[in-house]
Amino acid sequence: MSSHAHSHEELHGTSLEHEVHAHHGHDDHDHHHEESFVSKYIFSMDHKTISRQFLVTAVFMAVFAMMMSLLFRLQLAWPGEKFAIANALLGDKWAPEGVLDANMYMGLVTIHGTIMVFFVLTGGLSGTFSNLLIPYQIGARDMASGFLNMLSYWFFFASSFFMVISMFVEDGPASGGWTVYPPLSALPQAMPGSGLGMTLWLVSMSLFIVSSLLGGLNYIITVLNLRTKGMKMTRMPLTIWAFFVTAILGVLSFPVLFSCALLLIFDRSMGTSFYLSDIYIGGAPLEQTGGSPILFQHLFWFLGHPEVYIIILPALGLTSEIISVNARKPIFGYRAMITSILAIGFLSFIVWGHHMFITGMNPFLGSVFVFTTLLIAIPSAVKAFNYITTLWKGNIQYTPAMLFAIGLVSTFITGGVTGIILADSALDINVHDTYFVVAHFHIVMGVSAILGMLAGVYHWFPKLFLRKMNKNMGYIHFWITFVSAYGVFFPMHFLGLAGVPRRYYSNTEFPMFENLQDINVLITIFAILGGLGQVIFLFNFFYSMFFGQKSEQNPWGSNSLEWTTPMAHTHGNWPGALPEVHRWAYDYSKPGEESDFIPQTVPLRPGEEDGGGH
Amino acid sequence: MFELLIYAIIILGFAAIWQLVRVVELSARLKGVDPNKVTESDNRLNGRLMLTFMIAMFGFSIWQFFAYKDRLLPTSGSAHGEEIDWLWDFNMIIIIIVFFITNGVLFFMAYKYYGRDNAKATFYPHNNKLEMLWTGVPAVVLFIIIFLGIKLWNNITEPAPANVRLIELYAKQFNWTARYAGEDNKLGKANYLLIQGANELGLDSTDKASNDDIIVKGEFHIPVDQEVNFRNRSQDVIHSMFMPHFRAQINTVPGIETYFHFKPIHTTEEMRKITGNPEFDYILMCNKICGASHYNMQMKIVVDSPKQYEEWIKQQKTFIPKVEEAKADAKPEADSMKADSLKK
Ligand code: HEM
Ligand SMILES: [Cu+2]
Ligand SMILES: [Cu+2]
Repeated sequence: MSSHAHSHEELHGTSLEHEVHAHHGHDDHDHHHEESFVSKYIFSMDHKTISRQFLVTAVFMAVFAMMMSLLFRLQLAWPGEKFAIANALLGDKWAPEGVLDANMYMGLVTIHGTIMVFFVLTGGLSGTFSNLLIPYQIGARDMASGFLNMLSYWFFFASSFFMVISMFVEDGPASGGWTVYPPLSALPQAMPGSGLGMTLWLVSMSLFIVSSLLGGLNYIITVLNLRTKGMKMTRMPLTIWAFFVTAILGVLSFPVLFSCALLLIFDRSMGTSFYLSDIYIGGAPLEQTGGSPILFQHLFWFLGHPEVYIIILPALGLTSEIISVNARKPIFGYRAMITSILAIGFLSFIVWGHHMFITGMNPFLGSVFVFTTLLIAIPSAVKAFNYITTLWKGNIQYTPAMLFAIGLVSTFITGGVTGIILADSALDINVHDTYFVVAHFHIVMGVSAILGMLAGVYHWFPKLFLRKMNKNMGYIHFWITFVSAYGVFFPMHFLGLAGVPRRYYSNTEFPMFENLQDINVLITIFAILGGLGQVIFLFNFFYSMFFGQKSEQNPWGSNSLEWTTPMAHTHGNWPGALPEVHRWAYDYSKPGEESDFIPQTVPLRPGEEDGGGH
Repeated sequence: MFELLIYAIIILGFAAIWQLVRVVELSARLKGVDPNKVTESDNRLNGRLMLTFMIAMFGFSIWQFFAYKDRLLPTSGSAHGEEIDWLWDFNMIIIIIVFFITNGVLFFMAYKYYGRDNAKATFYPHNNKLEMLWTGVPAVVLFIIIFLGIKLWNNITEPAPANVRLIELYAKQFNWTARYAGEDNKLGKANYLLIQGANELGLDSTDKASNDDIIVKGEFHIPVDQEVNFRNRSQDVIHSMFMPHFRAQINTVPGIETYFHFKPIHTTEEMRKITGNPEFDYILMCNKICGASHYNMQMKIVVDSPKQYEEWIKQQKTFIPKVEEAKADAKPEADSMKADSLKK
């Protein structure tokens, strides 16, 4: 322990010194105005601080959502069994004697899904890394609007707050699934969670959408306007391309979700009937009539499908960078990667109907969606092949980040191939809404994006907190996470093929599911293992934040601009003038060069070609 | 007690990991190297683990294919379902091949090219031919998949001919009711405003077509080898009529009628022989989240020989006598409830 005590002091002193105020190259604001604690750490407009705020909030939300999933996995593996821990966490109302209540089961599933999709993998992922990396990697002093950026975080915080407290209201949280289809979600008579819990869900999501739009507009404008000299669009790292397209998707689709939610709010509280028709519930016919529940689904999935790419594209962007840096090779097919991102972005707007094949939609329309959905597999495949080729003849440095990035490529493939089955409407008939779908989207979107996000945390931790995370704990964390991800989600395919529907509180009511119990037990054991693995991460994350080893300026030997800034949280990022860019970000192991990396700021030699020419 | 034991084990596990990490780090410090620097031996270890993982993961997948094979849904009970199963297998073969090859190549690369101290990576930024190849090949394969898929989808969703037996499946929290169209094969009109007491489906008794409709609960029968057309309605929220053994599913949506038709090809008895399970039953379940008892909203389906079916259907009561019967002991309860909730 003594060696540790020694390093504590060292660290304390330095982190203060590091808060240097850089003078902005073009003006003479060189004064040392004192920033208060509040403006520095709470209502900060600095992209780095905002990034850290998003990350820490997302980590908290992820822990919350993961614990919920463990609670309902216990119920699925050992239905009706008493778990003291369930009672301790949920209380006597929702887990009497430790047996999870059926309504609470639905609530846990719903809030788990909502938090994971929106709060961890949309707000958390984009919020952390777009904020951190966009200004850093394009050579800007900050976001276009620091103020809107600050608002974006605080809206996110408020929406997280409402989502969390919705767990504690009398009748329970929203329980109609993360897709909150009406009439179920519109009518408190239909289930208790559709009362106050659902109202809070809608409040929270509305705030979330505002946050997302403020963030997204800022990202787009920053990328378009604040690139430093020489940073052509075709020289931007793929991370920035991914964040840029993601932000565009968000700005185009979140307003539709907003109108979708707004109409639901009207139906719930103002007696309109956009989504309601011909309903008899709670022993009486409903007065509202003439609407269509299917309208909701169209509006929802018009956001909902782009949303899954809003989740996966940033993760793929981070992976592109990490794989290239650590393979010590240029990313293979840089231009094809950009084209794929753009193609995926475009196509993602015309495939939403694949979530609605069996709503009774016009079969011809169904065919159109089959066609467009399967097209999206092409750019996705190109990306996977390009990652693999980037590894070929590389000199792979296994940092924890690299492990996670390679893990992402694997799960993206494994989950992507089952998408080809689900996109085929005829085949979707029998697996729609079964565990086969749960397996598919968790592997392709959930696991992949989480692996990508963790890769990003390990890789950019030095830029976030000026320190490194512990390598060996990172290794252990990765292998536990990766093994349990396959262990949890792969067997779910088989449950789906046995006909098990999703969102079932228990499978005990059907004799045909009796012989599947051991599969559910296996899944839950892996889930618990995976959950424990995350404890290692949490420890490493918070410990390293304060006591980790201090990082050198460019620990991974990267080319991109963020590593040309000093290891300090300098206001304005670069102490002197902004850097000038002369080449793309992927000159790794260029023939005839001594160093195996050439930062973007190094001028081209006479006759040297940029962008992979040599 | 058992739970406590598990917590104790978990805590010990963390302590062990912590110790391990500390030992590794101390020995690095003693050797004077940076404990967080990635070394060649780290690379070798993780490269090998990648390969090991691949073998284990492939083994685990294959093991599951065999271990769980017999618990999956049995052979299709419907005619179109056999075509679905064929197309399923066709697509499955393609994606399984892709799964093994791409994952295999990925993990192999990850192993083969782990970083060595004196090695240098090959600068290889792009290759247009290669990229054309792996855009083109998936595109061709996908077009085949799309073509076959849409063809089958069109066959399945084609409207049923008018003379096909019509059965209505009516969903409400949390049970199903089946209504047979009767002699005239016409389902009588229904309206949610007419729902009252025993008239759970809101049938309009002034519509002649409804008088011979047959309403059943608990289980319903259909004859083998004859097409049936299901019309689906819902009383309250969205449910989904899901009959996995027939490869049949469609949502039931309040305010909207949806249809699904198919031809059963094995009687329940035949299916019991095929599956070797004397207790086998076809089942209708709900597959759209609909409330607390979503997980237990089911109805048994019996596929009869035509003769058995005729016998069964004769014993079922038609709508009108059923309502009369219920009226005898009905209370005006429903009306007062209605008035109450309208006040709200
Ligand atoms: C690239 C990343 C992908 C992500 C993030 C993603 C995400 C998702 C999600 C979240 C769902 C679940 C919907 C629900 O809650 O019911 C889903 C379902 C679906 N996915 Fe994907 N997916 C991806 C790739 C693909 C690909 C490549 C295809 C097709 C080639 C595909 C086809 C489908 C289809 C058809 C469904 C609907 C299945 C059903 O509802 O029965 N997905 N996907
Ligand atoms: Cu979609
Ligand atoms: Cu239901």
